[in-house]
Amino acid sequence: MLMTRFVAAFAVAVALALPARAEVKIQEVVSPGGITAWLVQEPSIPFMALEVRFRGGASLDAPGKRGAINLMTGLLEEGAGDLDAREFARELEGLAATFGYDVGDDALSVSGRFLTENRDEAVELLRTSIIEPRFDQSALERVREQVLTGLRSDMKDPAEIARAAFDKMAFGDHPYATDYKGTLESVAALTRDDIISAHSAVFAKDRLYVGAVGDITPEELGPLLDTLLGALPDTGAPQPGPADITISGGNTVVDFDTPQSVAIFGQVGIEQDDPDFFAARVLNQVLGAGGFESRLMTEVREKRGLTYGVYSFLVPRDHAATLQGQVASANDRVAEAVAVIRDEWARAASEGVTQAELDAAKTYVTGAYPLRFDGNAPIARIMVGMQMLGLPIDYIATRNEKVEAVTLEDVKRVAAELLDPEALHFVVVGRPDGLESTPAN
Amino acid sequence: MPVLRAVLAAFSLSISLPAFAAGIDDAVTSFTLDNGMQVVVVEDSRAPVVQHMVWYRAGSADEPVGSSGVAHFLEHLLFKATDTLKDGEFSSVVAANGGRDNAFTSYDYTAYFQRVAADRLELMMRMEADRMRNIKFTDENVATERDVILEERNQRTDSNPRALFGEQMNAAQYLNHRYGVPIIGWRHEMEELDRDDALGFYNTHYFPNNAILVVSGDVRPDEVKALAETYYGVIPANPDLPERIRSAEPPQTTERRLIYRDARVAQEYVSRSYLAQERDPGDQKEAAALTLLAEVLGGGQTSYLTEKLQFESQKAVFSGAFYRGVSLDDTTFDVVIVPTPGVSLEEAEAAMDETLAQFMEDGVDAEQLERIKYQLRASQIFAQDNVDGVARRYGAALSVGLSVEDVQTWPDILQAVTPEDIMAAAKTVLKREASVTGWLTRPITPEVN
Repeated sequence: MLMTRFVAAFAVAVALALPARAEVKIQEVVSPGGITAWLVQEPSIPFMALEVRFRGGASLDAPGKRGAINLMTGLLEEGAGDLDAREFARELEGLAATFGYDVGDDALSVSGRFLTENRDEAVELLRTSIIEPRFDQSALERVREQVLTGLRSDMKDPAEIARAAFDKMAFGDHPYATDYKGTLESVAALTRDDIISAHSAVFAKDRLYVGAVGDITPEELGPLLDTLLGALPDTGAPQPGPADITISGGNTVVDFDTPQSVAIFGQVGIEQDDPDFFAARVLNQVLGAGGFESRLMTEVREKRGLTYGVYSFLVPRDHAATLQGQVASANDRVAEAVAVIRDEWARAASEGVTQAELDAAKTYVTGAYPLRFDGNAPIARIMVGMQMLGLPIDYIATRNEKVEAVTLEDVKRVAAELLDPEALHFVVVGRPDGLESTPAN
Repeated sequence: MPVLRAVLAAFSLSISLPAFAAGIDDAVTSFTLDNGMQVVVVEDSRAPVVQHMVWYRAGSADEPVGSSGVAHFLEHLLFKATDTLKDGEFSSVVAANGGRDNAFTSYDYTAYFQRVAADRLELMMRMEADRMRNIKFTDENVATERDVILEERNQRTDSNPRALFGEQMNAAQYLNHRYGVPIIGWRHEMEELDRDDALGFYNTHYFPNNAILVVSGDVRPDEVKALAETYYGVIPANPDLPERIRSAEPPQTTERRLIYRDARVAQEYVSRSYLAQERDPGDQKEAAALTLLAEVLGGGQTSYLTEKLQFESQKAVFSGAFYRGVSLDDTTFDVVIVPTPGVSLEEAEAAMDETLAQFMEDGVDAEQLERIKYQLRASQIFAQDNVDGVARRYGAALSVGLSVEDVQTWPDILQAVTPEDIMAAAKTVLKREASVTGWLTRPITPEVN
């Protein structure tokens, strides 16, 4: 158990601020069967990391079947091919390989880490979990109960309650408006047929992205890709369209008996392919990203001691871009925290940032680049993220120039256009003193 | 599987997973400065990055009675001014150099670290050495930062029934030792922490002969040595460094039970902790057997508890066993069962105890043990891809009095453990008179929420 100075838990899925390291030599590999992957050869340690991602993820849930893709994802390693759940687990442990299956609003990811000495066997096992999962009824019931357990926990977690309320207000009838894990009711009603349909909705070649890093040559990777993924169908369920962001300014208070209120706040953000994205990225670095140097952290925590942590982050998802933040303060102090955050939003919108802040933010954003490349698996994930954004294979070498090119005027203009204190909506979960819901449109 | 990971994560606040050892001995160099500061260097030149850490052999269990939380409070205050740096300047300089910094406090240590481009190591060392002895903070700093740690307690403990339950479990487990007091502190004592408390802790413990420097990444041992001598080597040792003797546990003769009730509990469960031996310098065999016992019993999808309780009787949605061997004094061995809906906590506890009893009869599955050992060997290969993880392992181990050699022999000691060793360790550790059994549940009269 550790207590730490701050937990940067909210800086995670954010911004895909792609690092740059000149030494990373990415090559494109096209398998004999036509599957494309990006590869970094790194033979010094006898293992490889593989990242396979399917665009669409849980947003491809069929109407009325919310949670099916999440539950399906949880079942992939619960029996495949000739092996039931326990046999599969024993086989995997016997190879000392690690498989990961994860799903979110925009993608389903399958990751693997395996030793060179038994790579073929590990790839074969991974293949069965992707192509031939069994979805045995007994495993379905067991994993369903685990999902329901998680959902019941979320219903008592103030941060999750705030997140759900915010999404519901922000994303109208788009899949983003509801939890991809589903509801107690929807998950309870899912059948094995629903799980099979969920599988064929997601897994297809027309939405596939692959990154590989480690002890493998291009000549070995091609056949590996065909073995692993060659049997996938060409196409799956159609992707959802863009989401209208329907949230407007104000406060929403959700009553919950807890000593400390949790607030999620947000407004419309900026797309990753927008020419101003890097200006916004630098702006947010000054405003609320990262650790102690941000304005929000300085004003809310360092000067006033109102919180343990406050963060803002750009969330440029496939179908909606938002700018969001999170803070937690004691019930009798959260109103002050909210007021300070609104003031900082307004100050940045009207004044932009200073030259010194811009310089520091740029040094940080560019200088932090090599720190992200700390292992085979992280590099594989970064390469898949680049492909999903349609970035060129040499992007890493040019990325920092785009950050350096941001001027004080750019940030000032983008701050004025992007930051809208009137449109900023706070969802506060707790028993906050002096805060009430305002009519949200 | 993400679902299971989420359930596991729910327990990570009160129970730590065993840290698998991995030795990459040839990349590790260690030496000691003249003033007694230990130095460990872990080389990896694959990326031009370095991690610089200083670990103090001073954690929450070293605090004076009545000042719980002061170790962690001081950790926060170390980011304030020094003779040469302004409030907050430390982190600003790190960030302006493209780096990241943070710190953490545990029962037995407090550690500070930065990750930066390798050519900035000297700057980091200069600043870290500065705040080892030259910290300056005002009464206003103290008042504001005390509010921050109280909000931290709100966020991490008081908003989380599992964390509150874990605090009560620990408090009941330790009759006399400071491990029974939470790292973050009891609220009523945190509220009273002042400048003198923080400075008192600082001026007792923050000296080079009580610290370990761990540098990992794209560095050479000789450069680290030269820099360390320049910046840390000039700081005088504290000749009066107190010996780390904590009030010891008396023989534990009575099983303890507790029920923690909270309306915010979403998932009820049963937790059992047993007092257990830690890894001792030159004597890690028992801890190695306990580490493997936790794996065999409740470490994964093919473990004994999982097989019996999740797959066969289906009384549990989750079960597990945990052991944390890196500790200065007696640690705990923990078992947990999260019942399936419709199974009461009483039934779940009974099922857990029946399964443990059955395990004592069945013994260790030799094939399972081989798989676990193979995974441990593989983890030594994977660890080479994460030198910062290796660095942390050394820092933590050395902070609790283990030697570099203890860290490096640990993988072999694990490999040498036999099924008989594991069963003997199980017999020793699974003693109800040295255990606490806790139920995390909801209030008797359900509140309308």
